[in-house]
Amino acid sequence: MEPLKPLDELLHEHPFFAGMDEGPRKYIAGCGWNEVFHAGDYLFRAGQPADKFFLIRHGTVAIELHVPGREPLVVETLQDGDIAGWSWLVPPHKWSNDARASTLVRAISLDGRCLRGKCDEDHSVGYEIFKRFIPVIADRLSAVRMQLVDVYGEPGRRR
Amino acid sequence: MPQAASHGVPMLPRPFRIARARREIRNVFTWELVPDDGGPQLGFVPGQFNMLYLHGVGEVPISISGDPAGGALTHTIRAVGAVTDVLQKLRRDDSIGVRGPYGVGWPVVEAEGNDILIVAGGLGLAPLRPAIHHVLAHRERYGSVGIYYGARTPADILFRKELERWRGRFDLFVEVTVDAAERGWGGRVGVVPKLIDPKRHNFDPAHTVALLCGPEMMMRYSVEALERHGVDSRRIYVSMERNMHCAIGLCGHCQLGSEFICKDGPVFPFARLAPVFHLREL
Repeated sequence: MEPLKPLDELLHEHPFFAGMDEGPRKYIAGCGWNEVFHAGDYLFRAGQPADKFFLIRHGTVAIELHVPGREPLVVETLQDGDIAGWSWLVPPHKWSNDARASTLVRAISLDGRCLRGKCDEDHSVGYEIFKRFIPVIADRLSAVRMQLVDVYGEPGRRR
Repeated sequence: MPQAASHGVPMLPRPFRIARARREIRNVFTWELVPDDGGPQLGFVPGQFNMLYLHGVGEVPISISGDPAGGALTHTIRAVGAVTDVLQKLRRDDSIGVRGPYGVGWPVVEAEGNDILIVAGGLGLAPLRPAIHHVLAHRERYGSVGIYYGARTPADILFRKELERWRGRFDLFVEVTVDAAERGWGGRVGVVPKLIDPKRHNFDPAHTVALLCGPEMMMRYSVEALERHGVDSRRIYVSMERNMHCAIGLCGHCQLGSEFICKDGPVFPFARLAPVFHLREL
């Protein structure tokens, strides 16, 4: 079996950390570890403390909303190269939905409290992190707007 | 050159017979039409449309969704108004009037030598299907080819069997996503613009031509995603839908800025439409 790469190297390979200098990346790597989820496992569940986030290296994660009386609704799927979770950044640091592994998932988990501490200690690290999270959040906000508008729904009556 | 439906008389429909009718998804059906006047079958360029006329009911502009290389004239129609509701009730061997084909189609010949991205949402896959047929029939003339398709739910995926067949090819990248799904769906959930990612599908933005058709909001966000990845807006083509009546640029119902969608489009380079793209229907 191939030996596992150092975490810093795995971070370097993930698109979320593209362009980040070695110094801050190694500093951040101290907050991380590898995790494996089997299909059906939850990465996180709504209402629980959001104490970390995930860099997906392999596999598919379904973001689910629970609607009483019906099957959970999948509102987004995340794949290799995506990140899962930003509630660790936003007080009160609780997950607002579920994330379930649809397949085998290999991920790097980064501890939210550890990372928030490092961002407070060194604002340039905080800037690097926020610079990467904001486009992810903006993309997801656009996606939610499109889904909310129901662009493929029945158009107005015509001829 | 495409054979005009009306033998040179632009407002005169030719009689066609429904040779085959099939249900695609809820409220969407496909017809295969053959001439009923002894004349030749219609030729067309991918992206063009016909006016379909039912006596005593009305006329509607409908994109051609079949193979431009030949066979029956194919239209995929959503029952969404007074005329299309009645059209939905027609059966095999019923007659329909056809005039066309009209409009400017997809630049499938001009795009040879480039990578091709086909970006469709909902029923927007129907006007792009002839372009897909053309590209696949001349696959060696193009670089990397990707089809990105989005639908509301798994039950709303148009031409599902064909998408599955295309996805099985080694020379084609196909991604399908839906806006929402229940757990049984094993595919992607999310919006079409998110599918556009050169890291997942290896295309060269500087040598890519993108063909887009779907709800305008989907196209707007898809254009943004393409531009963000380096595809120039002059290489992005969109198919527009407006209230077309005469189909020959006389009545003005489909005018958008200085363009007549029926005559100057329905396919436009996005760069040409960008200044008026956000205008509401005139």
